[in-house]
Amino acid sequence: MLLAPIVWILTIVICYFFISKTWWFPPPISQHGVAYDAQFMRTLVITGVIFVVAQFALGWAILRFRNRGQAARYSHGNNTLETIWTTATAILFVGIVLVGTRIWIAVHLSDPDPNAIPIELMSKQFAFNFRYPGPDGKFGRTDLKLVNDAAGNPFGLDDKDPAGKDDIVSASLKVPAGRPIKLIMHSRDVIHNFFVRELRLKQDIVPGMEIPLYFQADQLGTYEIPCSELCGLGHFQMRSTMQVMAEADFEKWKREQAANR
Amino acid sequence: MSSPVTAHVHHAPQGFFRKYIFSLDHKVIGIQYYFLALFSVVIGVSLSLLMRYHMINPDAKVGWFGTLWPTAAQGGIMTPELYLSLMTMHGTIMVFFVLTTAPQGGFGNYFLPIQIGAEDMAFPTLNMLSFWTTFVALCVMVAAFFVQGGPPLSGWTGYPPLSAIGRLAGPGEGLGQTLWIVSIAIFCGASLMGAINFIATLIDLRCQGMSLMRLPLTCWTWFVTAILGLLGFAVLLAAGVLLILDRSAGTSFFLPAGLLVSDQILNHKGGSPLLWQHLFWFFGHPEVYIAILPGMGVTSQLLSTFARKPIFGYKAMVYAIFSIGFLGFLVWGHHMFMSGMSPYSAMAFSVLTMAIGVPSAIKTFNWIGTVWGGQIHFTTAMLFALGFVSLFVTGGLSGIFLGQPALDLYFHDTYFVVGHFHIIMGVAAIFGMFAGTFYWFPKMFGRMMNETLGKIHFYITFIGVYAIFVPMHLLGIAGNPRRYADFTNFDFLGKLIPIHTFMTHAAYLTAAVQLIFFFNLFWSMKKGKPAPMNPWNATTLEWTIPSPPPFDNFGGRHPVVNHGAYEYSVPGAPRDFIMQTDPVDIHVQ
Amino acid sequence: MQATSDFIKPPAPPTEDGFGGGGGPDGRGSSRRASMTGLMVLLAATTMAFAAFTSAFVVRRGMSNDWVDLPLPRILWANTAVLIASSVLLEIARRALKRGQRSAFNRYWTIGTVLGGLFLAGQAIAWWQLNQAGIFVATNPSSSFFYLLTASHGLHILGGLTALVYVDVQALRLRLGPGKRTAVDVSALFWHFVDGLWIYLMVLFLVWG
Repeated sequence: MLLAPIVWILTIVICYFFISKTWWFPPPISQHGVAYDAQFMRTLVITGVIFVVAQFALGWAILRFRNRGQAARYSHGNNTLETIWTTATAILFVGIVLVGTRIWIAVHLSDPDPNAIPIELMSKQFAFNFRYPGPDGKFGRTDLKLVNDAAGNPFGLDDKDPAGKDDIVSASLKVPAGRPIKLIMHSRDVIHNFFVRELRLKQDIVPGMEIPLYFQADQLGTYEIPCSELCGLGHFQMRSTMQVMAEADFEKWKREQAANR
Repeated sequence: MSSPVTAHVHHAPQGFFRKYIFSLDHKVIGIQYYFLALFSVVIGVSLSLLMRYHMINPDAKVGWFGTLWPTAAQGGIMTPELYLSLMTMHGTIMVFFVLTTAPQGGFGNYFLPIQIGAEDMAFPTLNMLSFWTTFVALCVMVAAFFVQGGPPLSGWTGYPPLSAIGRLAGPGEGLGQTLWIVSIAIFCGASLMGAINFIATLIDLRCQGMSLMRLPLTCWTWFVTAILGLLGFAVLLAAGVLLILDRSAGTSFFLPAGLLVSDQILNHKGGSPLLWQHLFWFFGHPEVYIAILPGMGVTSQLLSTFARKPIFGYKAMVYAIFSIGFLGFLVWGHHMFMSGMSPYSAMAFSVLTMAIGVPSAIKTFNWIGTVWGGQIHFTTAMLFALGFVSLFVTGGLSGIFLGQPALDLYFHDTYFVVGHFHIIMGVAAIFGMFAGTFYWFPKMFGRMMNETLGKIHFYITFIGVYAIFVPMHLLGIAGNPRRYADFTNFDFLGKLIPIHTFMTHAAYLTAAVQLIFFFNLFWSMKKGKPAPMNPWNATTLEWTIPSPPPFDNFGGRHPVVNHGAYEYSVPGAPRDFIMQTDPVDIHVQ
Repeated sequence: MQATSDFIKPPAPPTEDGFGGGGGPDGRGSSRRASMTGLMVLLAATTMAFAAFTSAFVVRRGMSNDWVDLPLPRILWANTAVLIASSVLLEIARRALKRGQRSAFNRYWTIGTVLGGLFLAGQAIAWWQLNQAGIFVATNPSSSFFYLLTASHGLHILGGLTALVYVDVQALRLRLGPGKRTAVDVSALFWHFVDGLWIYLMVLFLVWG
């Protein structure tokens, strides 16, 4: 019988932490992030209500029907009730996922923006490396045999290819605010994952596949990128940052990088 | 009248080996599985405590770490690779050797034949082999701790390329990973043997009058679980064979071209890492239903027994069990939303995943409906069954977030996932086992467990597990990735360490309290009050035979069943329960 | 509390159809039925394993352009014929046994079993021939799958052969009583399944490999 108040107290404590948001998402920095948070809230409200009602009902049943000598009701069920709550659940569950489909389609099934700035990401044990195509807009040829991390050539850029001469290689991601980005992701050893909390986006990076991820960041700032797929003993240290800059600063940065080559 | 020789009857076993080691008696085999699981859970929990300790004390020097693992914990400091291999073994041992053994191989083996009125399983020798094969699999798995390089560090999911490259990919990826695959392959074989037995037994050995709709729900869950295991483990075995070939025969099932590892360009090409994920999760999703369904069956059984009320909606419960089983094979892609697979597939898997929430919800409503209007007796067994319902609600609801690819864009590979599956598997399923233990212990050992100790254990454990695993959802919302050895490399993670500290301390406390259970279990075996034939006034067939039962269960007789399994508080009946074998007209007296 | 029922009533005929109903008191009957169910379950598992291999096969073949069709050793045709013949002979043997013709059964079952062993030997020769041609497990994805599928199939043949040999030995020692009838049927049915599986694999190799 003690179980009833324990269940209720646990329910209240849990609800408190989800309402007070003591530990919560960081603020979103994109429109996708805003849409994401709305869908999360919808789901939280629905599941939260079900959570409270179910736990309270359980506790109530425990209290109200504990043995005090009353006879139990002999009943094999109630088909009407069964039908009602089954249908309601089905509508609710399938409904919420259909509502969220818009967000999924926007990220992965929409026509790519032709003006998206292409940036290549090459992940390896245990670092992210980024490459910009430079003023010619073309990525230079790479060859695995030419890879030399120590010498600053993680991509294996072939310096005999003129298109690669202006490529900019960076250990962190720099993007201009308010512009669509196309992140072209590769891995050269095991599966890694690119994740930026503030973007509300992540994507596994699979060796043997070239996976594009489109996004647009609207708020200035520097955001951490933690690798989010187990990649070996250095997984917990595999870190980079995404710095969102004003467009003018981004162009300035690119020029500085080009000058330093 | 008894038939002369039935192919599956055996005479009372003689001799120590035949009676206790290579027994063909499903009851002994059930106990053997149970103790194998008990041994494995001690290892699994110990590993998790080491993990939790390390997460909040990453630089701590612990003397005996250095003694146990001279290379991987030089100077007593746990290296990240050691952390990851402990984590891999924790998951593997818990999922396979605890959650896939005790609920099905333990209780199922012991009670399925009895609950259907049979003398034993359909194939007793196969049954014995299935246990010993499981035992061999466990030995091979444990051996991975002792080989050079230690156990693998690729997680219980063993994704290639990390798991397929071999020693180049890191410590533990040599012989340790190979032994892991071999152990799992052996386990697949053992599971298959068990599935053959369960299915044939349930279909063909039911006693007279035991029609399908009179089966206790425990039998239904064991049956569907066996089907899931049959189809799922076969696929896992196939996947394991392909992985071993990639590792040792130079094939490229899972390895693409263009891999540069430890400064070496590998000469594999053409394979797909996603192929492994598809094969693995095709098994892996049914596997989690294998882990939870028997606990659901036990919960149904206990809620009805201890509320003195029939199951609310028995037929719906049976359909729900089958729906969960069937749909369980169609949702594997929800483990792969972020994997790079087709976004269209993701949408399809997502809808199916939400659909599988419906029969789960039906079961939850029906459990509450079962105790509603009842006369509830709070035995320890009942407390665990009620706890199961509460935990299943909590754990199941976090699945609503994860089943949406739109939300999984953030939550994949965070602690939100870890919290979700631990509450469902690592707690609810375990509560099902505790419930089964307290309920059936009197029958198995002829003695009662101590109720006071049981209740203390229950309450502290119940609060403890909520304290350990619910905060994980908050960590997930804050974006804390999983499988990180420590949290010192990211600014945002540093702020979350207080939660980790809280969870670690809750884990210590909850683990310590389990000692009460172990004491209760072993002490009661010798010193518990002698148990009557039917201490719970329950209706199913196991309560019609002595505690503990004779070697052939029904003493050579053939029970005849006249009633359903949940006839409690029937108006007009002489007592508040009608046993399944009571005469047909007992309530019209 | 004592259960009040029932145990001693003579069993009434089974009260429902479908899944085997009330389980006969004639242990032999229910044991045969159980063995058949067990066999079906085993075949379901084998089917799933080969379905998994097939899907891996199809995926891999469609994925990259490095698949080189494997030149199938011609002996595979002979092996296929031998395997089909062994199945046919086992069936003839079974029919003979039903008519009580024990020596006919012994003859046909033994030849069928020997042919089964011959199939396995033929498979080994096929492997040897591929080796001679420089085609090994990792040579090409098509060869990887060929070795994988024939080895997995071969293991099942070995299991089936063990059962066939067991029945044969019992028969030749005149120990094949009516109680062992189920063993005969289960082994034969398993063998037919493995035969059918081989034909499926041949089609897979010919059309896709």
